[in-house]
Amino acid sequence: MTTMLRIDGLWKAFAGFVATRDVSFELAAGQTHAVIGPNGAGKTTFFNLITGHLRPDRGAVSFEGRDLVGLPPQKIVRLGIARSFQRINIYPRLSVFENVQVALIAHEHQQWNLFRPGRSLHREGTQELLELVGLAGEAQETAGELSYGKQKQLELAIALASQPRLLLLDEPTAGMSPQETAETIASVRDIVKARGLTLLFTEHDMAVVFGIAERISVLHHGEIIASGEPDAVRNDPEVKRVYLGEHGGHG
Amino acid sequence: MPERRHLIAAAVIVLLLALLPLSGSRYAVDVATEVLIYVLFALSLNVLIGFTGNVSFGHAAYFAIGGYACAILLTTYGWPLLFALPAAVVLAGLVAAVVGFFCVRLTQIYFAMLTLAFAMLVWGVAFKWKEVTGGDDGFTGIKVPALLAHHMSYFYFTLVVVAAGVAALWVICHSAFGLTLVAVRENSVRTGFIGVDTRRMRWAAFTVAGAFGGLAGALFGMYHRGMYIENAYWTESAQVLIMVLLGGIYSFVGPIIGATVLYLLQIFTNQYTVYWPTVLGLILLVIVLVLPDGLIGLADRMRAYRRGWQRS
Repeated sequence: MTTMLRIDGLWKAFAGFVATRDVSFELAAGQTHAVIGPNGAGKTTFFNLITGHLRPDRGAVSFEGRDLVGLPPQKIVRLGIARSFQRINIYPRLSVFENVQVALIAHEHQQWNLFRPGRSLHREGTQELLELVGLAGEAQETAGELSYGKQKQLELAIALASQPRLLLLDEPTAGMSPQETAETIASVRDIVKARGLTLLFTEHDMAVVFGIAERISVLHHGEIIASGEPDAVRNDPEVKRVYLGEHGGHG
Repeated sequence: MPERRHLIAAAVIVLLLALLPLSGSRYAVDVATEVLIYVLFALSLNVLIGFTGNVSFGHAAYFAIGGYACAILLTTYGWPLLFALPAAVVLAGLVAAVVGFFCVRLTQIYFAMLTLAFAMLVWGVAFKWKEVTGGDDGFTGIKVPALLAHHMSYFYFTLVVVAAGVAALWVICHSAFGLTLVAVRENSVRTGFIGVDTRRMRWAAFTVAGAFGGLAGALFGMYHRGMYIENAYWTESAQVLIMVLLGGIYSFVGPIIGATVLYLLQIFTNQYTVYWPTVLGLILLVIVLVLPDGLIGLADRMRAYRRGWQRS
C-alpha cells in the first residue's frame, strides 16, 4: 500500500505546554486508522495540525507527496482532506439543505459566481449527499434544530461534499446515544468503503475503535506511544498501563 | 430565480414611483429622489453587514468618493456623464478594494474601527485638498447634463439608475457568491474548511459595497449640485448604518424599508422640532432593545403571531 499521509517529528506547544511531542506517523491509502488517547492527550491538536487549523512549531506533514505545513485550511481541503470537528461545526441557522449546498458550491469553485442563483445550484448533488447520511427527510429544517446525532451526520455530509480522499473525523460519535453510535458507525463504514476513502478518526468509545479500525495509534501526553494492529495495541503493556488500565470502565 | 410575486411587487413599486410626478407635487418628487438614493446607499452597506457579517462604520467614505469623483470629472474636467458616472463607481470600488485589503485582516470591533479610521482619512482629504474638492466650502456648481437639469428628469434618471442598482445587488446577493458570503457570516471557520478563502470573500464584499455606495454618492452629488465634507463624516456613516439596522439586516429588502422610513421620519420630525438627533437616538434605542431584526423582523413576528392566533 502507498503512503497517503506522512508526518515527521511534529511538535506543537502552547505557552510551554507541549500538546504534540515529536509525532511521526504514516497512513496508508485506503486504511481506516484510529487515534486514541485519554482526554488532553493531544488528539484534536494533532488533527488541527494536519488540516491547517494550527501551524506546527516543527516537523513535516505531507499528503500524497505534497508538503502541507503553512498551507491554510482552504488549500488543504482542496488537496483532498476534509474533516469534522469534535464540537459540531455546521451552519446552525441555515437549512440542512443549504449547509451541504454551499459546500458543493465551494467545491466547484463557484463562490466567485456573482450571477448564478446560489439556491439553484447542485440541488441533485445535495439531495444525494443528504440521502447518503440519512437526512433527506430533514432537508428543509433549520440545521441547528436537528438532534445532536443528526447534526453530526450533517457535518459528515458537509465534509463529503468536498470530495475528499482522506477523511478526518474527530470523535464522530461523541455525545451520541448507543443506538445513534451504532448507526453512525455503520453509515461511516459503508460510506468509506463505497467511496474508497482513507479514514483517520479519533474516538472515545473503545467498542467503536476496535470494531472498525484496521490500525490504531495511541497518543499520550502528546506522544505516540504505540501504533499497530488492534490486537497488538490492545496487548501492548505500555498502552495498558497509561490508558486502557486507567479507563478500564470505558474500555 | 426571483419568485414571480417578488418581481411583480418590484414592478408595481417602480411603476407607482414613475407615476409620482403626476401628483403635481414637486416636494414629493424631491423627497422620492432622495429616498431612492439612500435606498441604494443602505443596500450597498448591507452587502457587508447583513450578508457578510462585517459592520462597517465608515461607509460614507465611498459615498463621498463616488460623489466627489463624479462631480469633479463632470465639472472640472468636463467629462460626459456617460463616462464620469462609471468612472466614479470604479474609483469608489478601487478605493474600497485598497481599504478593504487592510480591513478584512481584522474582525468585529477592530474591523469597524479601521473602517472608521479610513473614512476619517477620506474626510481629511476632502477637507484639506481645497483646490480639488473645495475643502469645507464644499464642491459646488456641479455641471449636470442639460437633459437632467430639470428636477423631474433627474427623478426619472435616479429611478432608472437605482432600480438597475437594486436589481444588480439582488442578483449578487442571491448568487452563489452571495450564498457563500452568508456562509462566511454564519461560520467562518467551517467555510474555510469547505475550501473557501474567507478573507478574500470579505474583501470582495467590501469592494462591491464600496462601488455601489459610490454610485449612490454620485447620484446624491448631482442631485444637490454639490458635495460637502459632511457627506464623508462619520455621522453620515452612522446614519446609513441605522437605516440598515432599522430595516433589518437579515433580509434583502430590510435596508430599503429602513432607508425610506428613517428618511421620511427625519423630514417629518424636522417640521416640528430641531431635536432630530434625539429622535434618532430614541429610534436606535428601540432597535437595540426590541427590534433586533429591524422592521422586517417585526413584520415576520407579527405574521407568525397572527397565524398562531388563527390556528388556536
